[in-house]
Amino acid sequence: MIDVQHSLILIAVMSVLTMAIKFLPFIIFPGGKETPAVISYLGKVLPPAMIAMLVVYCLKGVSVFTAPHGLPELIAVAAVVALHLWKRNTLISIIGGTACYMILIQAVF
Amino acid sequence: MEKNSLSKDIKFALEKSMAIMPSYIVLGIGFGVMMSDAGYSWIWPVLMSVAIFGGSLQFAAVGLLSSGASVLTTAIITLTIHARQFIYSLSMLDRYKGMGKLKLYLIYGLVDESYSLVSSDSIIPKNVNKKPYYVFVTLFDQIWWVIGCAAGGLLGPIIPFDTTGIDFAMTALFVVLLLEQILNNKERRPAYLGIGVTFLSLLIFGEEIFLIPAIIVITFVLVMLRGKIKIEEEGEE
Repeated sequence: MIDVQHSLILIAVMSVLTMAIKFLPFIIFPGGKETPAVISYLGKVLPPAMIAMLVVYCLKGVSVFTAPHGLPELIAVAAVVALHLWKRNTLISIIGGTACYMILIQAVF
Repeated sequence: MEKNSLSKDIKFALEKSMAIMPSYIVLGIGFGVMMSDAGYSWIWPVLMSVAIFGGSLQFAAVGLLSSGASVLTTAIITLTIHARQFIYSLSMLDRYKGMGKLKLYLIYGLVDESYSLVSSDSIIPKNVNKKPYYVFVTLFDQIWWVIGCAAGGLLGPIIPFDTTGIDFAMTALFVVLLLEQILNNKERRPAYLGIGVTFLSLLIFGEEIFLIPAIIVITFVLVMLRGKIKIEEEGEE
């Protein structure tokens, strides 16, 4: 059975903190004021770095030292990259890569 | 130049938003199915898609909820995963000036995918009014997400095959987004820096907290490299 009350509390915690993070910059730098140049610069260069960070984040649980040595993830990521370079279609890349991964961990490894 | 009518702006926002609709629906379904497998009815993923509205945290939340994690653990994970939201908001400060009350919704709705659509000035033609564009892109994005989460929750119990591994959709999405960044920008150092620093941080600090030191070091290095790094505005084509 799921713990309804505890689950609702955790969702509330995640919701409130998420909103706090999103609204904080707008509270620190209220409208009308000039945004510092370094902040504008970071607004441009951080997105690619953040997305790269998220890729590593998604793969953090992969264990290279125990079987299957991260092979399903490696193959599935390679499939996503190959599909995307080939078709350049986000949906095909995501569905293809995910299907590949599901088959690998359910039936192969 | 003459500006578009509101209906044309809405149409343009819908057109842009359609590009991410499929992946949002697929990811939403993946999340809904995971919640359903953990014993939560479809109402839960829908509630979370409105209250939390952030794919990566929602995926992490499945484990937190079903294992009955503590409030402290949940708070730390929220801050770690959503620290980048702070950066997103920082970079929208100028663009969201003068939005009035709608700004509240725009800030709330600033997630990875809408961020990629509202922060690329070059994809917005001059005759499009930015205000309705920002609002409707954000709104459409959230609609796809909520529909996906609800569909996953409803389909979960009746899907006839094993869904283990469906959470890889999240990884696949970010791999695609990263690939797009690398293909569209001549300046690739921020992306490589992001991979390198985060990986080192994972080795040094471990799975629980590595995102925070990674964000700090990445931001610090990028500030140090200011003047040496130039990111051109990516174009439509």
